[in-house]
Amino acid sequence: MERPLDSTVKLENLSEEITGRWPDQVRVDLDLQNGLCLMECEASVLRKVCSWLFSKQGFSFASLVVEEEHAEFSLRYIFYSEKSQVHILHRIPKTEATVPSISNFVHAADWHEREAEDLFGLDFEGHPRLGDFVLHEEWPEGVNPMRADFDPSKPYVHREVSPYWRPIKIVQASGAFMMPIGPIYSDFAESAHFLLETVGEDVIRTITRFFYKYRGVEKIAEARKVNEVLLLAERFSGTSAFAHSLAFCQAVEEVSKVEVPPRAKALRILFAELERLRHHVGSIAGICGSTALAVATSQASILEEELLRLCCAVTGHRYLFGLNTPGGITMDFNNEVIQNLADTVQGFLEKLEDLKQMLRYSSSFLDRLEEVGIVSPGSAVSYGLVGPIARASGIKRDLRTVLPYSGYEKVEFIIPCEQEGDGYARLRVLFGEAEQSVNIIRQVASFLPSGPTVSPSFEVTTGAALGWAESPKGATFHWVRTEEDGRVARYRITPPSFTNWHGFHLAAENFAFQDFPIIMATFGLSNAESDR
Amino acid sequence: MIMVRWVLKGLQTGIKTTSYPRREELASGVSPGLPEGKREPRDGALSVISRCPTYALRQVGQQILVDYRRCIHCFRCVRGVQDVLGWNLGYEWAAYMNKNDGPPPKLEKVFGRSLHIFFVDGGACNACISELEQLNKPFYNIHRLGFFVTPTPRKADILLIAGPVTDHMRFSIQKAYAGMPTPKRVLAVGACGLSGGIFGPSFASEGGVQKLIPLDVGVPGCPPPPLAMIHGLLLAVSRKPPASLTSSGSVDGRKKS
Repeated sequence: MERPLDSTVKLENLSEEITGRWPDQVRVDLDLQNGLCLMECEASVLRKVCSWLFSKQGFSFASLVVEEEHAEFSLRYIFYSEKSQVHILHRIPKTEATVPSISNFVHAADWHEREAEDLFGLDFEGHPRLGDFVLHEEWPEGVNPMRADFDPSKPYVHREVSPYWRPIKIVQASGAFMMPIGPIYSDFAESAHFLLETVGEDVIRTITRFFYKYRGVEKIAEARKVNEVLLLAERFSGTSAFAHSLAFCQAVEEVSKVEVPPRAKALRILFAELERLRHHVGSIAGICGSTALAVATSQASILEEELLRLCCAVTGHRYLFGLNTPGGITMDFNNEVIQNLADTVQGFLEKLEDLKQMLRYSSSFLDRLEEVGIVSPGSAVSYGLVGPIARASGIKRDLRTVLPYSGYEKVEFIIPCEQEGDGYARLRVLFGEAEQSVNIIRQVASFLPSGPTVSPSFEVTTGAALGWAESPKGATFHWVRTEEDGRVARYRITPPSFTNWHGFHLAAENFAFQDFPIIMATFGLSNAESDR
Repeated sequence: MIMVRWVLKGLQTGIKTTSYPRREELASGVSPGLPEGKREPRDGALSVISRCPTYALRQVGQQILVDYRRCIHCFRCVRGVQDVLGWNLGYEWAAYMNKNDGPPPKLEKVFGRSLHIFFVDGGACNACISELEQLNKPFYNIHRLGFFVTPTPRKADILLIAGPVTDHMRFSIQKAYAGMPTPKRVLAVGACGLSGGIFGPSFASEGGVQKLIPLDVGVPGCPPPPLAMIHGLLLAVSRKPPASLTSSGSVDGRKKS
C-alpha cells in the first residue's frame, strides 16, 4: 500500500523542476544548507504551483502569512516536507487586494484564506465561502483589524444586529432541526458553538462556529518588545505553553542568529516532552470521562495532577510558564533533580500502561470509541491535519523528525501511527506518544550536556523567521518579523487546533447524537489555541 | 469481570483528596506561589519594578508593593536578580473585589453551606480551565464541600468566569448573568479575569470581568492553582477570610492561613 505523503521531490531538484514547468513565472532561490526554497510566484501560476507541491509532491501546507509592506501586501504560502521547506511569495499592490484562491486545490489553506479575508480585507478569487469567520456579525464592514492603520487599543464601534446567529439550514427533511450546542456549556468547557443538523437521533452534519475567544493576539503583539510577546506566545494557549513559547523563541533566535547552548537544547526537549506527557494524560482522562467510565477517569486524573505537581516542584510552575527565553532556558537544574524527574515519570508510565491494559479489555468502553468519528487518510491529507489526530489516520508526519529542531535529531524515538482513524485509534496514539515521551525524557536525562542554559544576552536584530515545534496537539508554526528596537512587526501563529478544527466536521458527520462528546474528547482540541 | 477489576482498582488507590480546608495542604507543587512586596528595599532593589511586564510592582514610599490582580507568574522579578522579593508559596489568594470590601451580611445566610456554580469561559487560555477541571477530580473534589457545577444559570448561585472577557463572549456573559436568580455572586479566576492580564483591554477584549458586570470575588494567579479556586469559593460563602490583593509583604517563607 502506498503511504500518504510518500512521494516527495528532493529539494535540490526542486529548482529545476519548477523552472522547467513554469519557466518565466516563478523565480526560485535555493538555500540547501537550511533546507529552504524561496519562490516568488506570479498570480497566473500561483494555484498551479501550490497545487503541484501539495497534491503531487507530498508537501504539507503549514501556513499562509500575510504581511503589509508600505504599498503592497505580501502573501507567504509555507509548505514543508521531509527536511525541506518551501516558501512561496506572492505580492499584490494594496489598491488591488485580490488574490487567486488556492483552497480549491489546497484544501488545507481554506481557513487561512477565510481568516486573511476577515482580518486583512483581502479578496480571494474563487473561494467558495468567504464572510464572517474570525469576526462575528457585530463587527463593522470594511474594518480590518490586522491592517496597519487599525488602532488595537480602542474598542471598535459595534454594529446593531441580532446577536442570535443562524446559518443556512441545509438538511431539508421532515423532522429535521438544528440542535445548538454552546457557546456556553454545562461544565468547565471552552467557548465554541456547534450546530448539529439532526433528523431524530442521527446527526447528519455539524456546523461549527469559533473565534468566541478571539483575543487578537497577533495584533496586540505588534509593536511590543520581543520579551513581552514571549508572554503572549506562552499564554495564548496555557496547556501547551512550552511548545508555543519554544516555537516563538526559535524564530527569534533564527532572526538574531543566536546559538542556543547544548544544555538548554536538551532541557527544552525534556520539558517539551514532559508537557506532552501531561497533556496526553489529561486527554486520556477526557476520553474516559466522555464515556462515563468513572474509575478510569479518576485514575488518569490522578496521574495528571501528579504530573502537574511534579512540573511545579521542579520548575516552579504547573504549566511550565516562564521557562523559555530567547537564547535558552531561564533556570538551571541540578542533574540529580533531572535524573529524579526521569525516574518519577518512569513510574507514571507503569501506571499508565496498567490503565491502558484495563481499558483494552473494557468492552463497554471500546464499543463507544471504535468506528466513532472516523477520519480517512485521504481526508486527513487534504485537510492537512496534524498531530495525534493525523497519526491516528495513518499520516506519519511529525515535526520532530521531519524538520528536527532543538536537537531532536539526536534522540531516538518512534512515532506511533495507527490506520483506522477512529476514536480508539486516536486513544492508542495518545498512549503510544506518552510512552515515547517518557523514553525521550529518560534518554535526555541520562546524557544531559553540561554548560550554561542560556546564551549571553543579545540584541534582537531586524529580520523575519519561521519557528516551529511539534506541540502536544500537533505542528505549530510561528512567523516572527522584528523591526528596529527589538520590537515585533508581525507575529503569525498557526496553531495545531486551528488546523485540526478545520477537519473536525469530517468526524462529526452521520453519527448518533450521544457520540458527540466522545468525538469531541478524542479530538481533544483547544479553542484558546485555535482562536488566539 | 473487568468491571469488578475497575472497582478493585478504585479501592486499591485509596483516598487522594486533599484535607484542605480542614488542614493546610503541604504537598509540594500545589501552588506556583506569588511574589511578596518588600518593606525596606536596599539600594538598587527598586530596579526590579521595571522588570515586571504587567506593572504589578510599584513603589509606595519606601516599599515595593505587589498588585496580585496583575501578577502572571513570569518569575522575572526573582530569576536573574539578587534576592529582591520574597516568594509566598501559599494558595489562599482570593479577595473581595467590591468596593465596600465585604459581602452584604445577608448573603451568607441565604447561601447556607451549599452552592451551585455556573461557569462561563470568557476567553481563558485553557490553563485556568484545566485547573478548574481538577476541582471535580479526586485530588480536590469540591462536592465534599457542598459545591456543585450546574448546567444552567437559572439554578446557579455563583457565576464563575475565567479569561479577559473577549468581545465575542460579551453578550453570552451578560445573558448568563441576567438569567441567574438573586442573590447571586460573580467570581473571576485568573489575572486575565481581574485585570485583563496580558491580553487586555484591547479591541478584542474588555480587560476584566469588572468592566462588564459587578464582580464580587477575585482569585489572582496565572493560573490560580485548584486550592486557590477552592479558597475563592469558600470566601464567597464566608467560610474563609479573604486575602489581600496587594502585598507589602514579609520576607519569610510560607504564608499561614
